[in-house]
Amino acid sequence: MAKDNMIQVQNLTKMFGDFTAVNNISFEVGKGEVFGFLGANGAGKTTAMKMLIGISKPTHGAATVAGYNVLTEAELVKRNIGYMSQRFSLYNDLTIKENIVFFGGIYGLSSKDIKEKSQTMINELGLHDMANSLVGSLPLGWKQKVAFSVALLHNPKIVFLDEPTGGVDPITRRQFWEMIYREANRGVTIFVTTHYMDEAEYCDRVSIMVAGKIEALDTPKNLKSQFRVDSMNQVFLKLARNIE
Amino acid sequence: MGIILNNISKSYANVPALDDISFEVAPGELFGLIGPDGAGKTTLFRILTTLLIQDGGNAAVAGYDVLKQYKDIRSHVGYMPGRFSLYQDLTVEENLTFFATIFGTTIEENYDLIKDIYIQIEPFKDRRAGKLSGGMKQKLALCCALIHKPKVLFLDEPTTGVDPVSRKEFWEMLKRLQQKNITILVSTPYMDEAELCDRIALITNGKILQINTPEAIIASFPKKIYKVRSSNTYQLIQDLRIYPDTHSAYPFGEYLHFTPKSEAFGPMDLSKYLEERHHKGIEVKETVATIEDTFMDLSKAHE
Repeated sequence: MAKDNMIQVQNLTKMFGDFTAVNNISFEVGKGEVFGFLGANGAGKTTAMKMLIGISKPTHGAATVAGYNVLTEAELVKRNIGYMSQRFSLYNDLTIKENIVFFGGIYGLSSKDIKEKSQTMINELGLHDMANSLVGSLPLGWKQKVAFSVALLHNPKIVFLDEPTGGVDPITRRQFWEMIYREANRGVTIFVTTHYMDEAEYCDRVSIMVAGKIEALDTPKNLKSQFRVDSMNQVFLKLARNIE
Repeated sequence: MGIILNNISKSYANVPALDDISFEVAPGELFGLIGPDGAGKTTLFRILTTLLIQDGGNAAVAGYDVLKQYKDIRSHVGYMPGRFSLYQDLTVEENLTFFATIFGTTIEENYDLIKDIYIQIEPFKDRRAGKLSGGMKQKLALCCALIHKPKVLFLDEPTTGVDPVSRKEFWEMLKRLQQKNITILVSTPYMDEAELCDRIALITNGKILQINTPEAIIASFPKKIYKVRSSNTYQLIQDLRIYPDTHSAYPFGEYLHFTPKSEAFGPMDLSKYLEERHHKGIEVKETVATIEDTFMDLSKAHE
């Protein structure tokens, strides 16, 4: 494995009975890379992601994430990654501060660290007035920005983002991506799924899963020239249509 | 006979969800309600489908008043809520039969209307609704909303979380339904879908920002807009933020969309500025605004 690869996947396969949800996929993601993991609903993205974050065991194949084997060192994988999704992010009936303290505790940060981190976070997000508000009362876009920061509390080398911007307003969606760029610039690896094809263009490289397989993997620029189209939306439509 | 809203307002515990909303949807029109999560779209749908009573104003659907004639409305509209709300432990066919029976009709009677859509899920008609994939659930929900041949169809974020291929297919289905003289009010957070509607209302924080055809909304964009790129997008955003002539700069796919403050702005000035800041592969070109540009510009002005 190359030294600066944060994710290394080899022939990863997951079967449920006779059904192959993830079919022999292989790829690498480098340090500080923004990697877009795309695919139609039901293509196997979530199953693949579950294996990478150590909560589902591969049927065949191997993967290392942040230097740890997802099969034999799943607990270490979990401790060294950040994760957020639209469905599970923060506790709505805790305040922003309480959420930070809670997740800080889960990741084993000292109370001194938690205190410092929450100050920095609240400053960076400009959330002074809302630090003691319940998360449930925040607009979705704010929730997602806080959730992203919480996923970074323990300084993970890699963060998995599962449709982080679904339904978020266009301005906040872009502010969210600026946060992603900022972290990538600091060397954090970003693994992100999205249904917004303009967001696919923001990624350094993009993979497209179709029926359990990775059918395309390259920079947005190369994918567009390979398929002779001028947007990632068209690349996506071409790939997914061809299979039907 | 379409939809009419006059000065509709609704608050939840003093937090306004809808603030003085008025618009009309013509019979047979495909009208889009475009706005993010929390804009008030669902509240509006619930008032129009008689599931929620407004605080002020009045509204009529298919010619019936939402308060006085709510029972008439219920038998003449189809409603597909944002959250999947069919019976998970009934099969596909049982769900459809159930909804047909409730409305005093049969699957056979209006089969023509749902045929195109139902045919795609018919192979799974004995499967329980809870076991369907997202795309199939969505198709079943649409069939159930259509089975009594409604005059007006309400679709609350039918494509949220749905991949681009299925989204495209869904919109093709809507276009075909429109041909059958059904008035459609559909909401979406995806701005690219706005262009597929006859007219749209841009909505945020309970207020309407603008109502018009997609073409007219794009044409109303008040500024010159440029697409800008360089080999380092992150640095480009930072440098555009501090450029004195920047009015707005937002990532837009592989480019940033940039609007200048001054009328006198020339693209060469910006290229030169970026060169001085060591950017490579600089490109600054005038471009055409999108619905999303307009939405962001209007909501920025509204703050």
